Amino acid sequence: MIEGSTHAAVHDAVAAARPIRTRLALTVSGFGLLAVMTCVLAPLVGSTPIDLGRALDPSLPFATNVDAQILFIARLPRVLAGALVGAALASSGVVFQALLRNPLATPFTLGVSAGASLGAMLVIIFGGTIAVGPWSPVPVASLAGAAVAAAIVYALANGPRRAMSTTVLLLAGVTLNSFFSALILFVQYLADFAEVYRATRWLMGDLDVGGFGPIAGSLPLILASGAIFAVLPSSLNLLGVDADSASARGVDVAAAQRWAFVSASMATSAAVALAGPIGFVGIVVPHLVRLLVGVDHRIVLPASALFGASFLVACDLVARTILAPVEMPVGVVTAIIGGPFFLWLLVREN
Amino acid sequence: MVTGPRKLARIISWPVRRVAILVLLVAAAGCGPAAAPPEPTQRIVSLVPAVTEMLFAIGAGPQVVGVSSYDHFPPEVEALPKVGALLDPDTERILSLRPNLVVVYGSQTEIEARFKKAGIRTFNYRHGVEGAIPATLDSITALGAVTGRDAQAREVVTRIRSGLEAVRTRVSGRDRPRTLLVMGRQPGTLQGIYAAGGAGFLHEMLAVAGGDNVFEDIKRQSVQPSSETLLARAPAVLLELRARAPAGDYPAADLAVWDTLASVPAVRNRRVYSVVGDFVVVAGPRLAEGAEAMARVLHPEAFK
Repeated sequence: MIEGSTHAAVHDAVAAARPIRTRLALTVSGFGLLAVMTCVLAPLVGSTPIDLGRALDPSLPFATNVDAQILFIARLPRVLAGALVGAALASSGVVFQALLRNPLATPFTLGVSAGASLGAMLVIIFGGTIAVGPWSPVPVASLAGAAVAAAIVYALANGPRRAMSTTVLLLAGVTLNSFFSALILFVQYLADFAEVYRATRWLMGDLDVGGFGPIAGSLPLILASGAIFAVLPSSLNLLGVDADSASARGVDVAAAQRWAFVSASMATSAAVALAGPIGFVGIVVPHLVRLLVGVDHRIVLPASALFGASFLVACDLVARTILAPVEMPVGVVTAIIGGPFFLWLLVREN
Repeated sequence: MVTGPRKLARIISWPVRRVAILVLLVAAAGCGPAAAPPEPTQRIVSLVPAVTEMLFAIGAGPQVVGVSSYDHFPPEVEALPKVGALLDPDTERILSLRPNLVVVYGSQTEIEARFKKAGIRTFNYRHGVEGAIPATLDSITALGAVTGRDAQAREVVTRIRSGLEAVRTRVSGRDRPRTLLVMGRQPGTLQGIYAAGGAGFLHEMLAVAGGDNVFEDIKRQSVQPSSETLLARAPAVLLELRARAPAGDYPAADLAVWDTLASVPAVRNRRVYSVVGDFVVVAGPRLAEGAEAMARVLHPEAFK
């Protein structure tokens, strides 16, 4: 499956060399339109009916205008967070799948989310007061945990002036994942019921970030990763085949791998710090996009980012309305949709 | 040097050692803390903090020989052996305390069966959901019967009843503000909020204290509201209940995060409060104190 699809990637890349711009423009405008529509429609729906006219009426004082506050304080930040996190997770998924040459890789495969979760657990359970700029203590700790995990995996897989070993990357990541998970269990074991409950809730993911402040914290990291993602795709196409043929075609394999690892880890960390580890977005979206547009990363990557945004915003819409006035954790919705879809994909490919 | 003890062990044959160990065990058992032989239900292990508190309140404190790892009240419990809790009761340690009554949670059926097999009585405790306060009072009465302290238990129940009644009288006839009771949230943010739903003892305490729960209609003990739900429900009073003050500048700086929700009347009218202390979050003998603390926040003028 891996070999087939990656060879196809090269063929596609070569065959489609000329119309790539047209295809890119078509795909991006298609998925872009979908993303814009989702992001415009999603804030209009919620557990409470709001009067849009009243919400947008500038003559009413904002401090007492409940409709405006629901729209601008509760829903817009939430939709924006959903779009950012969805885009970040889906595109990191694409990058990790290419980097590890494994279609089952997710943004959480290399231990970044487990590190982030451990950091968050420590603060939720033992309390913490380190707030940095727009970041409150839990995201700060979660980012720190993600950075530690990424640094360990990077150091292990990365020798001086040679390509990264994808095997070492994978094994180190998977091991680190279980190790951090064990530490999380230990930390939870030491804690009080109420805190364990809250910590567990954090693991289910939550896009209700309560304002634009937390988004402002994650945005620079996600944008920086996005900028790196923009120049990666042609290297990813070749990396996906194997490192030797990539370097034979003039790709600086070591550099491309490092940039891929750093940018995808950074996007994942920022997304997890903002909304918790929301599963399945990073694996379902890239595969669905590949089904629709083929395997050329120049198209798959931007399309996945856009579709990831729509997908997560739509899942969150379900999460916040289906059981209203109470909510369903968004991670549960993505899993309920994503799990069966992924199984179907497996059966279909075999 | 290192082989010394091993050689010694080999010299003393196993049967001799076995007898020695037996002698030691008997001696250790004889040196227990209680000089007088324990009477029936005189040795209690409680895995439930609320019940521990009830036992001490009805004067059965001296009969308690072990408590859960979450027990901190009354201060006497700090000196008692901790034997695990809901998820990790240490059967071996509990048995070693030779209890004749073990208080377990309703869901701990497996461990309950194990104690029954060992011939140890169990007291199965469940937090009441509908009618939580009456359920707490019933638990106290039942504990009185089990521990042979009926009279004290009745006294405690009467005291709690009159305490609650006193609070109710104080606030009667006053406006009942729509109140949001927050039990927890992520530090420094409005994320991961836990609030009291329309069932359970906190909801009932709030009713006694002269407030209407904004989540009255959601018949659960806890609700995790989004900012949208909070804006829509528009509570007139916002009250955070914390067993212990969280790390950092609490409540001064931490309560300021609510300012984001400017249209919520509680925020607009500066009616965001916090009460810190485990008496407000334990469904035990201090229910009336908890209700009074809430009432003082909701109706300060009634306590002048």
